[in-house]
Amino acid sequence: MSIPLIFTLDKPSLRCGHIPESDAPDEIPGPPDELLRRELDLPRVAEPEVVRHFVNLSVLNHHVDRGFYPLGSCTMKYNPKVNESLAALPGFSGLHPHQPVSTYQGALNLMETLERWFCEITGMAAVTLQPAAGSHGELTGMFITHAYHKARGDRRRRVLIPDSAHGTNPASIVMAGYESVPVLSDARGRIDLEALKRELTPDVAALMVTNPNTLGLFEDRIGEIADAVHRAGALLYMDGANMNALVGLARPGDMGFDIVHLNLHKTFSTPHGGGGPGSGPVAVNAELEPFLPLPRIRHLEDKSLGWDWDRPDSIGQMHTFYGNFAMLVRAAAYIRALGSAGLKRVAETAILNANYLRAMLKDAYKLPYDDLCMHEVVFSADNQGEKGIKAVDIAKRLLDFGYHAPTINFPLIVHQALMIEPTETETLETLEGFVRTMLQIDREARETPEVLHEAPHNTPVSRLDEATAARQLDICYRPDVYVS
Amino acid sequence: MEIPSELHYTRDHEWLRTEGEEATVGITDYAQSELGDIVYIELPEVGVDVVQGKTFGAVEAVKAAADLFAPVSGEVTAVNGSLDQSPELINQSPYDDGWLIKVRLAKPGEVETLLSADDYRKLIEQSGGD
Repeated sequence: MSIPLIFTLDKPSLRCGHIPESDAPDEIPGPPDELLRRELDLPRVAEPEVVRHFVNLSVLNHHVDRGFYPLGSCTMKYNPKVNESLAALPGFSGLHPHQPVSTYQGALNLMETLERWFCEITGMAAVTLQPAAGSHGELTGMFITHAYHKARGDRRRRVLIPDSAHGTNPASIVMAGYESVPVLSDARGRIDLEALKRELTPDVAALMVTNPNTLGLFEDRIGEIADAVHRAGALLYMDGANMNALVGLARPGDMGFDIVHLNLHKTFSTPHGGGGPGSGPVAVNAELEPFLPLPRIRHLEDKSLGWDWDRPDSIGQMHTFYGNFAMLVRAAAYIRALGSAGLKRVAETAILNANYLRAMLKDAYKLPYDDLCMHEVVFSADNQGEKGIKAVDIAKRLLDFGYHAPTINFPLIVHQALMIEPTETETLETLEGFVRTMLQIDREARETPEVLHEAPHNTPVSRLDEATAARQLDICYRPDVYVS
Repeated sequence: MEIPSELHYTRDHEWLRTEGEEATVGITDYAQSELGDIVYIELPEVGVDVVQGKTFGAVEAVKAAADLFAPVSGEVTAVNGSLDQSPELINQSPYDDGWLIKVRLAKPGEVETLLSADDYRKLIEQSGGD
């Protein structure tokens, strides 16, 4: 379905909505006259056409409420709708951070409770709920790392990152003023312990580990890694983006991590991918607690809750106020509904679902690291490469069957990678349907490769020329102001 | 896969062509074919010092972005300005029109630490690339 730009529907005789004459008393001042615009650069379109335009656009979207979304690393799982209702309760959604603290004790109670739950889940001593995204949590963690070393009179400038880590990690490290140094994986897809030890020089501030890593594999020598890192005087940071594989089963604090961030939108079912703001709480051990962002929630003498701004060692504020509060409500609702037994089943089901796909597809698709996986599995499209098929062709063909494509060409250590994360919310029937489709695509790769090369066939637009689109970027929303 | 015998190579898939005290740097045919259609390239300015093994820029393709690592240390004496408008030159002509920067060699001995064409060919065969 082709949908024209709304500006092409512009017609001078049409208008959308009718605003009555103002009957507000003159003494109520409006905006200053010089700030009022008389002519607005908006298309004149009839109201029903406006509504249809945007509704029609909206149905072109793929999202997890429409279909399976096995986008590796991103954990596009289904979010229970009851969380939305709870976050929308007027007592939560109507709050303003500037109102007197005595009038939002309930909200503070929820935050304080959530901090305690995250401590229990991660095995850490203290949590800040302030960071507004996973990457923001990483930056917060790196600032804490810097403050820790500085307090010890120690200047360190390098942070180590395995080549199987999340792509945001090096960027966060550089943003924090550190130099990022890659650490290679071994033949089992885990951190090469000997290579790590060689890199652990006295100027290393931290090792940043994604566990399980982006190959979906658990770092099973994490105890030895933690010992080596701590012996070198560095901190061990965990990117907790894959925590849906561990929650209720294993705790970063017990593995020897000093800092861990959580992605509420990946593990604790808050909206993801344009559905709402992110949230990336950071948990630390007791020694690092003084460095957490300002302010901290504390119990006042009269037993009520308030904010503690008197924390001289803090790295300062990481957010204007106290974090993306509505996300915290959703996460608290999710944890409360599942309880500890339910959270454990989240991780077990995430692992079971990924291993089901691994077992069912490994005869057809090359599995470079053939091992029990955690929440996701990374195949290579090399088996299909004989007829010139690449990962992108398989991904595009999946769209024809109503699936979102898996992550492709990442992690970089797998050639033509197909990174599949089914998530814990999918049923066996959904996974079986996906397996059938993947096996059909494998047959097509051998028998009718042109079907893959030209895919997708059933989508509103077919294969896009992504190179030209990137080289001659045109994001104008009005056809008459196109600039090439 | 084209691997000119007279060039020197890095394990990160850059090539180096020495011309007296100067050298030209680019990415290999293998690198451009693995990256696919290149859409943007970020290069240093003339006069900047690059350091062997350290990042000096980045290349962005449709499927991935990658850092560029300097094969040798030295001052940048020229930058391929055509790549701003036509990054596809790297895909079309990785060893000629798609060159990236020219460097005045600060430590000529570094050239000896680079891979020969034969060693580079072995490297990409081992990595299982096509």
